[in-house]
Amino acid sequence: MGMITMTQALNYAIDEAMAEDAGVFCLGEDVSAKQGGGVFKVTAGLSEKYGVNRIRSTPISETAIIGAAIGAALAGQRPIAEIMLMNFVGVCMDQIVNHAAKLRFMSGGQTCVPLVIRTTTGVGVGFGGQHSDMLEAWFAHVAGIKVVTPSNPADARGLMRASIDCNDPVIFIENILCYGLKAEDPGPGYRVPLGKAAITREGSDISLITYGRTVLDAVAVADELAKEGISVEVIDLRTIAPYDEETVLTSVRKTGRAITLHEAVRPFGTGAEIAATIQEKAWDQLKGPVLRIGGTFSPVPFASVLEQAWIPTKPQIVAAIKASMGRA
Amino acid sequence: MAEIDRDKLRDIYTRTMKVNRTDEKFRSLLMGGKVAVMYYCVRGQELVSAAMMAALNDDDYVVCTYRGQGEQTAKGIPADKWWAECLGRATGTCKGKGGTMHITHPEKGIMVTTGVVGSGLPIANGLAMASQNNGDGKVTVVSFGDGASNIGGFHEAMNMAQLYKLPVIFLCQNNRYGEHTAYADHTDSTSIASRAAGYGMKGVTVDGNDVEAMYGTAKDAVDRARAGEGPTLLEAMCYRMMGHFFGADFSYMPPEHLAEMAREDPLPKLRKVMLERQFSEEELDRIVAEIDAEIEVAVASALAAPLPDVAELKRDVFEEEMA
Repeated sequence: MGMITMTQALNYAIDEAMAEDAGVFCLGEDVSAKQGGGVFKVTAGLSEKYGVNRIRSTPISETAIIGAAIGAALAGQRPIAEIMLMNFVGVCMDQIVNHAAKLRFMSGGQTCVPLVIRTTTGVGVGFGGQHSDMLEAWFAHVAGIKVVTPSNPADARGLMRASIDCNDPVIFIENILCYGLKAEDPGPGYRVPLGKAAITREGSDISLITYGRTVLDAVAVADELAKEGISVEVIDLRTIAPYDEETVLTSVRKTGRAITLHEAVRPFGTGAEIAATIQEKAWDQLKGPVLRIGGTFSPVPFASVLEQAWIPTKPQIVAAIKASMGRA
Repeated sequence: MAEIDRDKLRDIYTRTMKVNRTDEKFRSLLMGGKVAVMYYCVRGQELVSAAMMAALNDDDYVVCTYRGQGEQTAKGIPADKWWAECLGRATGTCKGKGGTMHITHPEKGIMVTTGVVGSGLPIANGLAMASQNNGDGKVTVVSFGDGASNIGGFHEAMNMAQLYKLPVIFLCQNNRYGEHTAYADHTDSTSIASRAAGYGMKGVTVDGNDVEAMYGTAKDAVDRARAGEGPTLLEAMCYRMMGHFFGADFSYMPPEHLAEMAREDPLPKLRKVMLERQFSEEELDRIVAEIDAEIEVAVASALAAPLPDVAELKRDVFEEEMA
């Protein structure tokens, strides 16, 4: 099929879903051609093909964007709403948390909200405190929302199709630093089921549980440590909520050691939830405490030197693995 | 305003009295200690809801608020399903999982009842956007109070609706209070409808206690929306005669103002119009008696209905049942 970037993967997935189902449409700031096809070009070329009603550029009105997407979803359509940067979800949390997440339950299943909220974020590009946060834990803490993030182009294509198919709201997080990644195109119609993790590297000594951009670091560390005889199993959750508990526990029961790794700040992060579950359900198989690696508990800084110190680094991951193995 | 034809007038009267008798019954149950749930009284606002709903088709969409009994009843939600939901029963329209603040009944177009002030407006835009996208010809009405006109979502939604010429009607029931704060203490605009001009939208203020004016204005707004001429901000002047929610202290509402507004009570005014239009006392009383009988049956069946199974906690969170 040839190579594609993650941007293309997302674009192709949306394109083919729109071609198949007239109820699929996109809305968000600057998404149509007149405004450049999206600030990261994910919807480039689609308004020319489907018109500006189905690739609807909106005012800068996050509450109105998500509200409109919810209403259209209630009426049976499948909107894909773009919140340009993840921090801006703060503007429309009421719509997401009080409405999108809860309408199915509060209506006793009479209505549902098949909505995908695409949003971008990521530390490492100097965007500072209000354009960089990974806020997945906010949504993972609310019943009724699924949280998905791809780490590579093939998964991006497959997870996006599965998210559009899903009859419940999905927060789809795209990491800025992953847009340019290239990989083999899995081709049209490809789907990655929600709620299924991938074992990106098999290993026998320790389970490194992560998702999104930090999967790249995890794999690099696994390759490096293999040379030292440490066998690291890397699990890419792909769906953060609800996560694939079975794959995680099976891995930890095999290795007896686990570390959670995410770019989001460590306290009260998703890693804490996963670590707690491992300790509840795999205690007898554990050879040591489950460790957590996450971003520094401060706002994301601007200066590159500060930003690089903020973010979890490969040496940090190596050190944590060695500490867990008792080889520090 | 064109005179309302007799059938439509009877229809509006019936809807108005359904709303009123439901409200009276709810208050009497709460007063008697029979039930203890949150209920936001609609006394004084019955005609606004009834006339607006009477201007819609059965399959048009409605988004309302926790003070939504008027829209829900007047749009035609079956009384047994409504009462069972309000009393938290398994047979309720939402299986007892929504309650008084989240009544939903898509079969009659009642798509969302929100408990968050102002949150319905952006969602109503989406229902209207779906109609614009798929050409189904439906109109969406979203009801809210004067207090909601000061929240950000109101302004975002108004701007977006006008920008896209969405088939939506913003029905502001100006009942003079946002929670416990009087209109003049939360807003310095001369009217809520005047704000429409800021978005290039049509805005109208109407006496919500006058059946001819209220229905005529509602019908115009619906016709415009259905013809693709865009949204309307319809401000219906009314009065919240029983405070914020049942049982809440409303001593902050000046007694002299309450007495003055009681003279504007929509119910005697409507009855007067009905009699002028040659409806007989007997016919009007019979309509109310039939409504009361239906409510009695619905309440009795709701009280006797089973409570929800706790297994429901795992259902409807997602499409697939939770483990």
